[in-house]
Amino acid sequence: MIALCRRYQFAAAHVLRQPAWSDAKNERVYGKCANAHGHGHDYGLEVTVTGPVDPETGWIIEPELLDGIVHRRVLERFDHRMLNEDPLFRDAVPTAENIAAAVYGQLVAELAGPPEVRLLRVRIVETERNHFDYGEMP
Amino acid sequence: MLRITRAIEFSASLRYRRGDLSEDENRRRFGPRASHHGHNYRLEVTVRGEPDPASGMVMDLKDLNDLLEREVMSRFDHRDLNDDTPHFEKRVPSPENLASVIAEILREALPAGSFDRLRLYQDRDLWVDVVEP
Repeated sequence: MIALCRRYQFAAAHVLRQPAWSDAKNERVYGKCANAHGHGHDYGLEVTVTGPVDPETGWIIEPELLDGIVHRRVLERFDHRMLNEDPLFRDAVPTAENIAAAVYGQLVAELAGPPEVRLLRVRIVETERNHFDYGEMP
Repeated sequence: MLRITRAIEFSASLRYRRGDLSEDENRRRFGPRASHHGHNYRLEVTVRGEPDPASGMVMDLKDLNDLLEREVMSRFDHRDLNDDTPHFEKRVPSPENLASVIAEILREALPAGSFDRLRLYQDRDLWVDVVEP
């Protein structure tokens, strides 16, 4: 299998708070991430796609085309935003796990091969010390 | 099953250029990539196997390193991918194609069945994985 991966970045704020729980339980489960005023990260976003290599261009997908999809569907939506205010997180706490799943959902419709290029995996790098994968590993 | 990975770095120049297209068509098709440019590639090669009971090693890293020097560095480091190698006469030296060429070379050069995968970074924001079944 051959897979292409491209790395992007966005800066966003979030609060980890499950509205169904008491403040005490939120504090217990999410610790300092439950701070009601929010906190933020420079999220790394890795998008991995697979598919046949076009014999003419040499590409699985033109990098600029992938960039355009990721910018339009994800980066313009999340960069310099408060994630809790996004409808994607109306019913889901914006943990990195749920961000990875939401990003996958945003991209998969436009990268839905075979036979064309297919989204394989989304990785959210929340900090250099933790990352979260949604989808298949190459 | 164990996997060991060794990384090497090489620098090479290239142009995206198809012989069947004119200069103008190549430029229209490939933009700045049609110009002579270069990259610092990083290659991570993973070998799989069972550790030898006596040595405790899947493969001697020195042997792996010598093999990568011979098969990859000597072919590609400080070379022009189009002019100094025979691999890109009929296809452009995209990261996908370069990774596929290197995978082909390593399948031949490594002990049978031991090549597991490679990762070729063109830069820190773009890379290609080739993974064996």
